[in-house]
Amino acid sequence: MINRLWMRLTAHIDSLLLGFILLLLLIGLVVLYSATDQDLGKTTSQMANMAVALAFMWGIANVPPQHIARLALPMYAVGLLLLVGVALFGDVSHGARRWLHVGVTRIQPSEIMKLAVPLMLAWYLDKREKTLNLKDYGVAVVLLAAPVGLIMKQPDLGTSLLISASGFYVLFLAGLGWRIILGLAGIFAASAPILWSLLHDYQRQRILTLLDPSQDPLGAGYHIIQSSIALGSGGVFGKGWFNGTQAHLDFLPERTTDFVFAVFSEEFGMAGNLILLVLYLLVIGRGLVIAAKAPTLFSRLLAGSITLTFFTYAFVNMGMVSGILPVVGVPLPLISYGGTSMVTLLLGFGMLMSIQTHRKLVQS
Amino acid sequence: MNRPAELRDHQRELYYFRWRLGVAAVGVVLLFTLLVGRFFFLQVVQHEYFRTLAENNRITIVPIVPNRGLILDRNGVVLAHNYSAYTLEITSSKVKDLEATINDLSRLVDIQPRDRKRFRKLLEESRNFESLPIRARLNDVEVARFTANRYRFPGVEIKARLFRHYPKGELASHAIGHIGRINDADLEMLEDSDDMANYRGTDHIGKLGVEQSYEKQLHGITGFEQVETDAGGHALRTLSRRAPVSGDNLTLALDSRLQEIAEKAFGQYRGAMVALDPANGEVLAFVSKPGFDPNLFIDGIDPTSWDALNNSIDKPLNNRALRGQYPPGSTFKPFMALAGLELGKRTPSYTISDPGYFMLAGNSHHYRDWKQGGHGSVDLKKSIIVSCDTYYYGLANDLGPDNIFNFIGQFGFGKKTGIDIEGETTGLLPSREWKTKRYKQKWYAGDTVSVGIGQGYNLATPLQLAFAVSILANKGVVVRPHLVRSIQDSATSQLRAVQARPDAALDLKPENLELVKEAMIGVTQPGGTAASVGANAPYLIAAKTGTAQVVAIKQNEKYVASRIAERHRDHALFIAYAPADKPRIAMAILVENGGHGGSTAGPIARQVMDYYLLGKVPPVPVAEGPDAVEEEHD
Repeated sequence: MINRLWMRLTAHIDSLLLGFILLLLLIGLVVLYSATDQDLGKTTSQMANMAVALAFMWGIANVPPQHIARLALPMYAVGLLLLVGVALFGDVSHGARRWLHVGVTRIQPSEIMKLAVPLMLAWYLDKREKTLNLKDYGVAVVLLAAPVGLIMKQPDLGTSLLISASGFYVLFLAGLGWRIILGLAGIFAASAPILWSLLHDYQRQRILTLLDPSQDPLGAGYHIIQSSIALGSGGVFGKGWFNGTQAHLDFLPERTTDFVFAVFSEEFGMAGNLILLVLYLLVIGRGLVIAAKAPTLFSRLLAGSITLTFFTYAFVNMGMVSGILPVVGVPLPLISYGGTSMVTLLLGFGMLMSIQTHRKLVQS
Repeated sequence: MNRPAELRDHQRELYYFRWRLGVAAVGVVLLFTLLVGRFFFLQVVQHEYFRTLAENNRITIVPIVPNRGLILDRNGVVLAHNYSAYTLEITSSKVKDLEATINDLSRLVDIQPRDRKRFRKLLEESRNFESLPIRARLNDVEVARFTANRYRFPGVEIKARLFRHYPKGELASHAIGHIGRINDADLEMLEDSDDMANYRGTDHIGKLGVEQSYEKQLHGITGFEQVETDAGGHALRTLSRRAPVSGDNLTLALDSRLQEIAEKAFGQYRGAMVALDPANGEVLAFVSKPGFDPNLFIDGIDPTSWDALNNSIDKPLNNRALRGQYPPGSTFKPFMALAGLELGKRTPSYTISDPGYFMLAGNSHHYRDWKQGGHGSVDLKKSIIVSCDTYYYGLANDLGPDNIFNFIGQFGFGKKTGIDIEGETTGLLPSREWKTKRYKQKWYAGDTVSVGIGQGYNLATPLQLAFAVSILANKGVVVRPHLVRSIQDSATSQLRAVQARPDAALDLKPENLELVKEAMIGVTQPGGTAASVGANAPYLIAAKTGTAQVVAIKQNEKYVASRIAERHRDHALFIAYAPADKPRIAMAILVENGGHGGSTAGPIARQVMDYYLLGKVPPVPVAEGPDAVEEEHD
């Protein structure tokens, strides 16, 4: 009886993927405990976030992919409406308009788009599978550009780039021609000066700062300099748990969220970094395998995009903290403190699991 | 729809998808490899570099300023000390609107317009990243009020600091001097002397007097704390500490009671007095009137007080004892007399008949004696007692400028005495060489004649005169004058006496010294120019009066003090030592526009000697003011 219940509960869980995810979450808790100066309260609240997110993951994993596909259009439409709402009535926080009041709580619609965009594009391309032509790709690009433009306007460069990436992965995996990809890249490069002029001063500053952090050591360069010091002084084996001076003496900004990797790296060194990279690679690898085995175009595109977007999160965050990418507000997936992104991420993984575990049913 | 085609199509599509997936996977691996490379660079290649940066980030060296040494008088009376109090300080670089901040602060803490002015001045002179005091000596209520509102004032803080204080105010201000905030010139000096590290955290440095010249001893050695700080600069814990070593305490030779009596004795007069212990060169009193309150200068003087001091015609900031150069006048005569005896140009019994003037051979110019009609028959002893000018005109002419320069020079005229404070002037003992250089003129016989009575080109500081008379009192043994008597090592509490070793012993015949001494005693006896000074004294005083002309008097014109504007009246001079047989105190007094030396400068000397030798405290000041000048002249 219990056995059957267990079977029922875990039927749509991919245990490999879950195992890797749990290991990453564990690392996240370990780092968070240190980064919060052993604040049990904050660590516990992160565990609650994880529990909620895992529940969401389990929930969506039990939804068959074809049902998930039905969510695409409404989710995308609502997300887009909310984004327009934000642009019109949103709350301004830290100089950016990202939040929208809905009753008692406030939500960040760009978060919805992180899943809605790949869903929408995968669903749309899957629908047009038989007659897929250039026009369909054009529609897909428009579907991608609308939310990205609105989010960029907020301004939230980090999220808009990640959503662009997730959309691009769908198009790329759907077989968008190399010439078109190169063409798009060429257009992007050519329009760089125009984009540059559209950027906010602080965004330009971040990019300039990346090129030479020492130019503005107390201003925009401060984050990069301090996190580089944290990594570099961590050495091969790190300073040990709780022993990171950069972290505990407040030199690191945002040390529980965007810069949590610096805390980890200072205390666990390059060895820790390699372990983390391996775990990320395992998650990504599993994701790619699921995508490769997925039965429908929709599920393939969705799984591939979710996995590669997850990679992008990890790469951009670590690249930013180690000073090879500009500072954009991207958390380290599964490690950074925060409930919303955790839920979004695990919903994504839930979809992966759904695709993996409902495969046989579709095939049969 | 045929099935195989669809299957094939499906297969091809899947194949194509997997190929794209493979491309992506390669991208993932490549980009992660890039990260690994970056980690390797930061954490292995540059590890040492970043480790150092992290250490520097976290450890701050906080200097601990040592307590400045105390300055005491010879009896242990405190002349300069430190007390702890709170200042309100502003770091202007951290404040957005300085004016608004000060206005807001003035609602919590009493800030006067003079505080603002002083602060502005400090701001102009300072390095812009240091915190500067807007108000010193906050009371407890003000401290509490500010602390409660502290969050409103970034860049403003209360600091507990040691303050220098000169409890005696103006007393001996020219000798003690004062400290002041370190300025650019001081910084340059510190950099040159490699003392910079010891002044990390020190805001003040000696600017004048003993505070300046004994800066090294008074300052002490700065301690430090290695403190772990967070990014906000807040100290979290101390990693190591080296305690500061307080500055050494200085005991001056100065007797503050004696100094006080001397300063009071000057009344409203401007002038200077230096009293020395002839045996060891200790400065017993060092007066320059008027003085100033050194407390004003410590944290930057406000412009109003500064203008008042700097523009006063009394020139209170001028150290007359150290830097004032006056013609020595008749106080030069004992030294001339000794020169005549020692160089064989005069014998004790050599006598002239004084017609009231002197004439050089082949010249009709009358060098007049101060007394019309002259002093009659004058020998060496009488020449000093009555201060006969004619005698010295002739003597100077016989000695010649070279002999005068060489012999008198031995008594320190024309050279710095080497006293232990800075800024001393040399005075002037003229020579042929000097005149050629200065005026491109040859030396005339008339020059020699004027020099003989301490006029002409002659200039001496009161300190030089005191030094010269102390050499006379000490029978030719030269001991450099010094203000500091002993230095107490703050670490070991051991006293180190400052004993100036005799620099030289002049080769003088005892009988000549004796004769000059007797003549100088005669000066304070009935018939002498300062008879009143010696009246009823239970000890013998050897002295000489003098007058320094302020404006030239034409031939055939008589000097009448009451007809001359006060500031143009002659300066009164007086040199003395006592007891004459076993001198314990030697001094020189200058009273600006005091007229005759015996009547204004003499009584000051008597009060000082009475106190120092007998412990007698004068009831009321003797000299009331410039109007009390008698119509007497030497």
